[in-house]
Amino acid sequence: MLLSVRGLRRLHLAASFDLVSGECVALRGPSGAGKTQLLRALADLDPNEGAVLLEGTASEAIPAPLWRGRVVYLAAEPGWWADTVGEHFPSWSSAAALAERLGLPAACGVWPIQQLSTGERLRLALVRALVSVPPPGPRVLLLDEPTAGLDEVAKAAAEALIAERRAATGMGVLWVTHDATQAGRVARRWLLVRNGLLEESPAPP
Amino acid sequence: MTYIQLNALDLALPALLVVLNGTLSVALQLGLERQLAAAALRMVVQLALVGYVLRVLFELGSPCWTGVAALVMVAAAAHEIGARQARPLARGRAFGLGAGCALAAAGSVTALALLTQIRPEPWYDPHYALPLLGMVLGNTMTGIALGLDALTTGAVRDRAAIEARLALGATRQVAMLPVTRAALRAGSMPIVNSMAVAGLVSLPGMMTGQILAGAEPVEAAKYQILIMFLIAGGTGLGTVAAVLGGVYLLSDGRHRLRLDRLGARKNAA
Repeated sequence: MLLSVRGLRRLHLAASFDLVSGECVALRGPSGAGKTQLLRALADLDPNEGAVLLEGTASEAIPAPLWRGRVVYLAAEPGWWADTVGEHFPSWSSAAALAERLGLPAACGVWPIQQLSTGERLRLALVRALVSVPPPGPRVLLLDEPTAGLDEVAKAAAEALIAERRAATGMGVLWVTHDATQAGRVARRWLLVRNGLLEESPAPP
Repeated sequence: MTYIQLNALDLALPALLVVLNGTLSVALQLGLERQLAAAALRMVVQLALVGYVLRVLFELGSPCWTGVAALVMVAAAAHEIGARQARPLARGRAFGLGAGCALAAAGSVTALALLTQIRPEPWYDPHYALPLLGMVLGNTMTGIALGLDALTTGAVRDRAAIEARLALGATRQVAMLPVTRAALRAGSMPIVNSMAVAGLVSLPGMMTGQILAGAEPVEAAKYQILIMFLIAGGTGLGTVAAVLGGVYLLSDGRHRLRLDRLGARKNAA
């Protein structure tokens, strides 16, 4: 089992589920249901109760920075701490190829963050999540509406990139989306947050 | 030493200047007149009282009572440090951090000066110990208050950036480095400024006091230089300790940003 979640509690939400290697599970639910809270708790960014195990090892048994290097959370509104794009990557040369695949020019490494559009920020943050953590890279990727506001071409490119990475490395993905068609496209299993509980859904909800 | 004594009328006349400020506040609708009146009144009462308190402490010359006075001063500084934060650390953390850092920094610097440079007999002579501590403590307090305020407001403002780094496996020290640096700069700025302009733009208060009391200007300048070094040392140590302590309290052992440990937003005084 790649990721096991047992009785995870954060605020008004309780969750138990499993994720196998290479699997993508779509997570849906109304705004304010606690989807983001769940992803943050899985990345151990907020105090929480319950057990989260990565390949059998509980999160508390692993130093938090190491845990987050394996269970990587990508926020819906990603943050930036330096002035230019390239400064946010360990090495821009390794990131440039992925940025190009998502429809950005390789030269965007020198662009100032202030001038980026929302769509550019989302795509660059996705690349950052894939290349910034130490090898072997993310084991689980927690995506919070990673393609919200992207055009169809960019959306398809992002979906393809993530699918490819899953197939190549066995990375698992928990994907929050409000788009039912996308949920059907990217995942074969669907989870629904309802009344503070996480339920399996037989079809894209 | 001879100096010109002041009587009550000598103080009443300049008090009119504060009344003038209040009148301007009313005329310009700044809404500051109440605060101004309260602050002026507090200043008069506190200074008058401290005059009498110091007279008693000097007569006693007791190490115990000098120590008690020093602790009261530190507690007042810690209270002010909390009061000057837009969003202070909650549940007494701001007071505890402020008191601990102000006491350690201002206390050690003052003790150093008493034991090695000024060397009064006995070393804790309240004539020297209390004014010296007061000057160092007042500036250390300002440094700590500015540093902590910059840290907490920076952490709230840059939350997304800090958590983006944490989410990529950075430690809390690395993730909070930019706000930590900004906070240390903010806390150190006043003392850097006042050292840079001392004697050029401003004649520092203690030197002015000594000159008014009849001291030789060159001797007064030497004292002032010593005090400036002490203040710089105390402010630097206190600000670094408080800001690093603040980083520690604003995060936890699992390297999470804990903004829930901040109190409710209020308007900084």
